[in-house]
Amino acid sequence: MAFRFRIFKDKTHFDFMGVHKLTFALSGLMTVAMFFLLFTKGLNLGIDFTGGLMMEVKVPAGVAIEDVRGKLHGFSHGHPTIQDFGKEAMLIKVPGKEADSDTQKAMYAEVQEKLGKDVEFRRVEYVGPQVGGELIKAGLWAFFYSMLAIMGYIWMRFEWQFGVVAVFALAHDMFSTLLFFLITQIEFDLATVAAALLVAGYSINETVVVFDRIREMMRKYRKMPMGELINMSINDVLTRTVMTSMATFMAMASLSIFGPEGIRGFTYAMLVGILFGPYSSMFFSAPLLTYLKLRRTPATEKEEDNGGGKKSKPVAAT
Amino acid sequence: MLHLERWKIFLIVLVSLMGVAYAAPNLLPEEQKAALQASVSPWLPSKTINLGLDLRGGSHLLLEADMKTVMSERFSNLASDIRDEFREKEISYERPQPTPNGVTVMLVNPQRDGEAAERIARKLEKRAAVTLDAGGKLSLVMDESAISELQRQVVDQAIEIVRRRVDESGTKEPIIARQGENRIVLQMPGVDDPSRVKALLNTTAVLTFQLVDEMAGDGPITSLGSERLPIKGGGSIVVKQEKLIKGDMLTNAQPQLDQNGQVAVSFQLTSLGSQRFCEISRNNIGRKFAIILDKQVISYPYFREAICGGGGQISGNYTMKEATDFALLLRAGALPTSLTIVEERSVGPSLGSDSVQGGKVASIVALCAVMLLMFASYGLFGLFADIALLFNLAFIFALLSALQATLTLPGIAGIILTIGIAVDANVLIYERIREEIRHGRSVMSAIDMGFQQALRTIIDSNLTTLIVAFILFSFGSGPVKGFAVAMSIGIVTSLYSSIMLTRLIIITWLKMAKPTTLAL
Repeated sequence: MAFRFRIFKDKTHFDFMGVHKLTFALSGLMTVAMFFLLFTKGLNLGIDFTGGLMMEVKVPAGVAIEDVRGKLHGFSHGHPTIQDFGKEAMLIKVPGKEADSDTQKAMYAEVQEKLGKDVEFRRVEYVGPQVGGELIKAGLWAFFYSMLAIMGYIWMRFEWQFGVVAVFALAHDMFSTLLFFLITQIEFDLATVAAALLVAGYSINETVVVFDRIREMMRKYRKMPMGELINMSINDVLTRTVMTSMATFMAMASLSIFGPEGIRGFTYAMLVGILFGPYSSMFFSAPLLTYLKLRRTPATEKEEDNGGGKKSKPVAAT
Repeated sequence: MLHLERWKIFLIVLVSLMGVAYAAPNLLPEEQKAALQASVSPWLPSKTINLGLDLRGGSHLLLEADMKTVMSERFSNLASDIRDEFREKEISYERPQPTPNGVTVMLVNPQRDGEAAERIARKLEKRAAVTLDAGGKLSLVMDESAISELQRQVVDQAIEIVRRRVDESGTKEPIIARQGENRIVLQMPGVDDPSRVKALLNTTAVLTFQLVDEMAGDGPITSLGSERLPIKGGGSIVVKQEKLIKGDMLTNAQPQLDQNGQVAVSFQLTSLGSQRFCEISRNNIGRKFAIILDKQVISYPYFREAICGGGGQISGNYTMKEATDFALLLRAGALPTSLTIVEERSVGPSLGSDSVQGGKVASIVALCAVMLLMFASYGLFGLFADIALLFNLAFIFALLSALQATLTLPGIAGIILTIGIAVDANVLIYERIREEIRHGRSVMSAIDMGFQQALRTIIDSNLTTLIVAFILFSFGSGPVKGFAVAMSIGIVTSLYSSIMLTRLIIITWLKMAKPTTLAL
């Protein structure tokens, strides 16, 4: 047999259920930490949400951030913050109400005057305060409807218990992504919200694959204890989970390394999501299923053999 | 699952080839793209992907019309019109007052004047509900639909003004569209410093009526106090510089049928305006006057008679649409709406092309990495998946081009994410085949079962992702929408390429190689 790259040589027998109390505790701890940080430290909200002015300037080689900071010190309009942004580029931001159109004009002039003619304005973004508020609202609605739609879909295709667990899994993913942004204080903007929602979609994808296997196993092994059955299902799809996560992770990693600076926050959110998505489906949502009374469905071995593609709704067991 | 009818094979091959063909024009250099688009029919592969403003450089402005001020101006104008009319008809009144949704006025003698007053009020504002209470209070109230109708008109006017301003600045291919109730989106590709346009947007529209200098010919201007102005739609005309009527003397304008049943534009003037207009028209019967909006003559009718009724009617061989546009311009000049910039995103061309470059490199690296991973893990079958992946990318580009969807920076991220997710279906299928082999099935049966069993999982898992993408599309704004579009297209094409195309490749291979063991 030719060489094959294999993460697991053969069928795995990890005991996911065995550690579920520990991982539940971890998830709980993470949630508490997230809320704690959210209310104490808060997210580093981008101007998409706070409103404000942001400029990306290209500076000549050799100009350090301290130089710019020093030169813009005592700026007459608002209080700009300056940060490095990739090679020879910097972000200058004036948050919220300080940033009116006069500030922008004055900034242009002042930056050009103080840093010389070599400065190139590469990007200017201004978000008015009312728009910022609307964007937050739209983001929250999008999140809410995603939850609802996913729960509805899974409910329809599986049993209600799966739908409920899927929503918990979604919240789990959101919380872990938020926690990451709270700890790193990477800017949280509109693109990040999109990334977070996609992480949710991606993680649900992961969860559905596990659910699907659990459903299949439930038809096959009607007498097997739920915990054992779930464990076996997770192990069965483990190679696939790892393979897909690796492929997606590699794709996103190459984007965050070689891709443009402008979507870095987005790719970080995705990378975290790709790592946490499988975690939540293996260590959180699947074990959570055992706590909800699932109906066992009657199905014969024969039916399973030729009816794999069937989408018939399982009949309640007596 | 392992049998494909001939027509299906034909269809899969055809779709795949079309995908490649429609994606191909994107690889051409810029000049050839344009040449190709000019020479072939739009149904043939010639369209290329539209780059968003963040990738090609440009400015995106979101403008908000100041409705509050506009409405209060409207209603105070209405109040003063009422005052004028009442005075003329000798109706005694007290305190005409604008309210948030109309005007109220007290009648001193409601028994005597009530009916006449109501009639006047109805005439002045047809959209308002007019009521007279027992205490003699006459109120004009516009309901929500009337107000939103009015607001729509105001935004239409503002859009017209924005369009003129942007054209003035020489910007090419601007996109101007209404957004929501009181906002206007203005996109200007290639403009990375919108300060000129912004300055122009800040200037209010100037509308004047000036007499045409009939002595001047086509040659140079001879008389002092005259200037040559361009005419809307071409040509120019010499007008006298004295501004007879200014925009603020105009209260309204709308298209109307005149007594001969011809389309005309009627306009109403304030009392000062109508006094002036009356005098001017009486002294200039038979002469032309120019209606000038922002240094451009939009029309130059002549006075047929003295016009002293507080308004006038301009007849010409107008079509209904022309008259509507004309009235819109008059209103725009009469009641300029102040616009504030509530959002601005400008990207310089160098950043845009850097982003495209970065996106290209990242895509290629991602593609190579994923392809290698698939090959290393599944050998020949991995190669099959890699071929499907390449086709998948072609499909994405083909669809983006054919639909003329706009590719934004987040869109690029969406495509790269798709590269990773696209192989998921293949992984699911292959893992299932491996499992079936472990259960002791034959090659054919294992592959057959693998496809069958994995299909349901693939559909379920991809549909959930697709749902999220749709929701992102409906709730997200600009950049997020771009991402959602790329993502949804990616999911659909990857389903096709990993289920249909890979299956075809594997079936063909099975027929040709007739393997007895599976190197998977």
